[in-house]
Amino acid sequence: MRAVEVVEPGPLALVQDLGRPGYAHLGVPPSGALDVPALKLANRLVGNDEAAAGVECLFGGLRLRAKTSCTIAVTGPPVTVRVDDRDVGSHAPVWLAAGQVASIGAPATGLRCYLAVSGGIAIDAELGSRSRDVLSEIGPAPLRAGDVLPLGPPSVSGGADVVLPTVAPAELVVRVDPGPRAHWFSGLAAGLAKTWTVTAESNRVGLRLDGPALTRGDEYAERELPSEGLLTGAVQVPPSGLPVVFLADHPTTGGYPVAAVVRQASLPSLAQARPGTLLRFHSSTRMWNR
Amino acid sequence: MRWRAYGEHAALLDCDSLPQMSAAHATIAATRPDGVAELVPGAHSLLVVETPGSGALAAVRELLSGADLEHPPGGEPREITLDVTYDGEDLELVAEDAGVSTEDVVRLHTDAVYTVAFTGFAPGFGYLTGLPEPLRQPRLPTPRTRVPPGSVGIAGEFTGVYPRVSPGGWRLIGHTRAVLFDPRADPPALLAPGDRVRFRSAG
Repeated sequence: MRAVEVVEPGPLALVQDLGRPGYAHLGVPPSGALDVPALKLANRLVGNDEAAAGVECLFGGLRLRAKTSCTIAVTGPPVTVRVDDRDVGSHAPVWLAAGQVASIGAPATGLRCYLAVSGGIAIDAELGSRSRDVLSEIGPAPLRAGDVLPLGPPSVSGGADVVLPTVAPAELVVRVDPGPRAHWFSGLAAGLAKTWTVTAESNRVGLRLDGPALTRGDEYAERELPSEGLLTGAVQVPPSGLPVVFLADHPTTGGYPVAAVVRQASLPSLAQARPGTLLRFHSSTRMWNR
Repeated sequence: MRWRAYGEHAALLDCDSLPQMSAAHATIAATRPDGVAELVPGAHSLLVVETPGSGALAAVRELLSGADLEHPPGGEPREITLDVTYDGEDLELVAEDAGVSTEDVVRLHTDAVYTVAFTGFAPGFGYLTGLPEPLRQPRLPTPRTRVPPGSVGIAGEFTGVYPRVSPGGWRLIGHTRAVLFDPRADPPALLAPGDRVRFRSAG
């Protein structure tokens, strides 16, 4: 059987693919890689289908031993990748002989690296996906030393791609549109445009932000919101006035107003936002005046 | 009832009541236009997500604009009966606040027919409406850190069953051995929006 063995998982290594959309009505989050373009790129580099399962590796530290020869690639922020003692670099396909160990260092910027292996990780799927959902605890458990991950059959074609590692900026501009409860807030566009800080309480469920609290309009000050559907990118504002930006493992319904929604194109940058990252929301005023 | 913008590929139907939401849900579910990626009921709302480029949001708006929500498409709802042992930690508290005996709490809870209004909190956790008035009671002032799986609880206008171990603030009146959620089963969740549910005392 083609396989790789986990030597060390690092702080948090999770199997991720493109998630399990379509089950929100049953309370199942979409889950899947937070930095989707990075996982797709890693898969293309090793000749996989873009949707194959790889490893989402939080802050490096992952070490894997090839049980059989295979090709790997690591993407996300630029990061040191070693095979045994040789530095091979990220964002390039690397062939491993059976027994060789690949190690991912800690990225200098950003948070999450993606490792793809030729053939993809072929652990059993749940609801059509191999993604680990940290909120619902569906999918394969976080990787531990000694885990053996089976691989699918490798593609006959070699991998190739344009490789553009992106450095995660220290200050993010996130594009948003108004959310379904934008009208509950006063001075929302101006409030969102202020500088927010990503806090250490952030995870795959959501980014928790600190900054000048958003305030509700008088008419909505004491209003209770019956639970309503949530989406990845929803900017929910609890009574504290400090927003939570929901990511892939978000709850499917929630009882606080959603003030804004992050544009799809801005979601991958949120996957790489470390605690301490400064963030501003950008919106077109035309949208808010509508 | 009105549509509210929800990002690039979704819209929220903000309804006036739960029955109106249920009627809209039944109307869309009956024909489900191509490209509807998610259809997520809330308490008074319905979130519609489209596959980008499919035009499904426009199709759903069109479908609802001509629909008679007073008479939504019928179709027999699924009926599910859950056997419950009424031994919950808060059973006496619930009886006291309702001003009835614990036997009456069981009778009230088992006589009613419930509807799964929406889900959330955890996979397979359905918010069931139809709770008799005396059992509509507030949550516990301090949530429990660990509610065992299968616990049957009540909170406000809802009753429900915890699919797995979790923290929780609902008043617990009993437990069931039914499996509410299994990601390897088809369907994975025992309860889906629109289902009818009864509870039966297992003694």
